[in-house]
Amino acid sequence: MSGLRRAAVAVVGAAESDLGQVAPDTSPTDLMAQATQRALEDCGLDLSDVDAVLCAHTQSRMSALQLCEYLRIKPRYFDSTQIGGSSFMSHLAHAQAAIELGMCEVALIAYGSTQRSVSRAAASPREVNPYETPYRPLLPTSAYALAASRHMHLYGTTREQLAEVAVAAREWALMNPVAWEKEPLTIEQVLAARMVSHPLTVRDCCLVTDGGGAIIVTSAARAKSLKKKPVYVLGMGEAIGHASISNMPDLTVTVAAESGPRAFAMAELKPADVGMLSLYDAFTITPVLFLEDLGFCPKGEGGRFVSNRAIAPRGKLAVNTSGGGLSYCHPGMYGLLVIIEAVRQVRGECGARQVKNCEVALAHGNGGVLSSQCTVIFGSDATL
Amino acid sequence: MQDLKKQSPYGVYVEHLRRGELAYQVATDGTPVFFPRVVAPGSGGAKLEWRVSKGLGSVHATTVVHYKGEPPLNVALIDLDEGFRMMSRVEHVDPMQVSIGMRVKLKVLPGDDKQPPCPVFVPAETRR
Repeated sequence: MSGLRRAAVAVVGAAESDLGQVAPDTSPTDLMAQATQRALEDCGLDLSDVDAVLCAHTQSRMSALQLCEYLRIKPRYFDSTQIGGSSFMSHLAHAQAAIELGMCEVALIAYGSTQRSVSRAAASPREVNPYETPYRPLLPTSAYALAASRHMHLYGTTREQLAEVAVAAREWALMNPVAWEKEPLTIEQVLAARMVSHPLTVRDCCLVTDGGGAIIVTSAARAKSLKKKPVYVLGMGEAIGHASISNMPDLTVTVAAESGPRAFAMAELKPADVGMLSLYDAFTITPVLFLEDLGFCPKGEGGRFVSNRAIAPRGKLAVNTSGGGLSYCHPGMYGLLVIIEAVRQVRGECGARQVKNCEVALAHGNGGVLSSQCTVIFGSDATL
Repeated sequence: MQDLKKQSPYGVYVEHLRRGELAYQVATDGTPVFFPRVVAPGSGGAKLEWRVSKGLGSVHATTVVHYKGEPPLNVALIDLDEGFRMMSRVEHVDPMQVSIGMRVKLKVLPGDDKQPPCPVFVPAETRR
């Protein structure tokens, strides 16, 4: 049995679309196309080089058709895997498999959302679950709140510790020129903010913004001749668990505990080798769970781990240097932007928020209600 | 196996609710199954036996949702004593006083033309 090979492919182009709030009647495909153009310019490839398209979003069931029509390209390989916000880590795994098998050579992975402009309700139509909907959970928030309640009960995690995650994200965001949030935030402000679904206040919840992104992936061999330093895919792991929160076996253990070890095994690395983490922070509880499940601290210790500014700038571990979904940008399915920040850190392009000597970065995506978990480990030339 | 041309698993579940009963299923190895299905999860087998819960359980996880202009609303996951878990809410108590481990008992709210009956929970008497 064999799997994907370490450093067989690399991300060569990465770009965001316009973020935050875009002009009325901008379409998700406009944002995907804009990011695509920027990502191609970033690596020096042409649209005609792209022979694979992988994308998914919430505003169209057939996003790959929309994007290919818009760009007028006919890729040999395409994939619209939709498992929520971690879809793009999954797309990256599938793109690597296709490239390794010779089914394509240059893959475009793209995302776009106008959820702020058109409203969340319009961007992500509610799905009825007759065993949950009658109780009116505010989804997805209430699902994460239920998980947080368990974590607090079992491990003594506090609302203050959760607030540390939001405050750290805000401090990083203040160093990111394109971040949505521009003002400092304190633990007290997080705790005093409007309660959404106890124990989560509005400041424990990710932003609702427009935005999108694109990355270009190709073989390691081809990557070497392009404009920027290749960012190699050293390891990846995909895992899915439940669909609805009432069917999650243990609310404090996500299947990141499966995707993470798979990614580390493929990368032949361990958590201590990672210079920077990009963790999908849909809510303040999620980085806490992922730090545990990915092996950065023991189960139950996540709350204490993030305390005392541990994941803030100049803390002990750099997490979500973009400012994260909590303070930078959260256009619905945020996973592609999680990847883009990790790629930029390995390239050394992050300016004021650049992590020194960041040769290895981990990007972790979360989808649904802690449902799908996909981990990618990126590395520079130095890791080969 | 359930004949899906005649009745869905959800249909059977609601039929029980109309009688004031909370129904669940049991696989051949005795594993409780909820939500109701036509195929046993894990094994893929077609045999699932319907049972009626005694309606006693404990709060597994809890949250309080704040909808604008409405009183705070409890949403909880309940572990039934038979070994299955479901989403519900705990009534007859301040939503913030609903705590993990709290013993609760079933109360089926009657349905109407628009909505099926709804199984909720209330604190169980703590007699010892």
